Amino acid sequence: MFIRSTTALAALFLLSAAPLAQAADKPTDPQIAHIAYTAGVLDVEAAKQALEKSKNKEVVDFAKDMVRDHEAVNKQALDLVKKLKLTPEDNATSKALTEAAAEERAQLAKLDGAAFDKAYVANEVAYHKQVNAALKTLLIPSAENAELKSLLETGLKLFQGHEQHAEHVAGKLK
Amino acid sequence: MRTAPTASKRHLWVALALTIGAAPAKAGTIEVTIEKLVFSPASIEAKVGDTIEWVNKDVFAHTATVKGGWEAMIPPKKAASLTLKTAGSVDYFCRFHPNMKGHLTVASP
Repeated sequence: MFIRSTTALAALFLLSAAPLAQAADKPTDPQIAHIAYTAGVLDVEAAKQALEKSKNKEVVDFAKDMVRDHEAVNKQALDLVKKLKLTPEDNATSKALTEAAAEERAQLAKLDGAAFDKAYVANEVAYHKQVNAALKTLLIPSAENAELKSLLETGLKLFQGHEQHAEHVAGKLK
Repeated sequence: MRTAPTASKRHLWVALALTIGAAPAKAGTIEVTIEKLVFSPASIEAKVGDTIEWVNKDVFAHTATVKGGWEAMIPPKKAASLTLKTAGSVDYFCRFHPNMKGHLTVASP
């Protein structure tokens, strides 16, 4: 999980490292939409792995919540990009997030029982923290379309809720 | 001849209305809207017997949960209600999104 977090964090910093960056360094709306959507899809995939592997009720319930919420917000995102006639554009951040998630899934696949539960939930805390930091410092401030910005703001509140929920579950697993 | 009874009847109605007004208010329904993961109003004052109705405008499921107490499940785009049975002051939150917080002050009937 540390591998995934570090790689993804590095990728997000690539975009946010220079506060006085030129306009070219700022992600565009099509890139922002792609990053936000990808982050959601990856968390749904992580949750599906947990649903296959975990037998802990708290963990299973949490994973079900993640599938439900991230699918719901991504459906809103798809409806919005369609309405705005905006084509999400793949980019370095989306790619790094996807690679990091694949590594994390491979690591988690080797674990079972309580060890899996703990690692999955710890990663959920780290992952949401990281996505929230990116939303707050980079994606929301960079978004130009008001409706996209508003959806990202709702997403931030939703994922901050998930972060706290994951911390609560992590506390119960100790 | 006819005006007298009408006038006294009117007085009777006024008296009756005042009596009802003076009696303890009837239990009512207080609506709390949930939109973009915010309970609004965040803080409400109610009394025992009142019903709280949460109207969820989000596409996400929420709960109104009192730690160690009651819980209302509020499905996406639906409403859920709960009748207050005990007096007191309680904080509630959404179990799925613990950053959503509300407060209820419930007075005795």
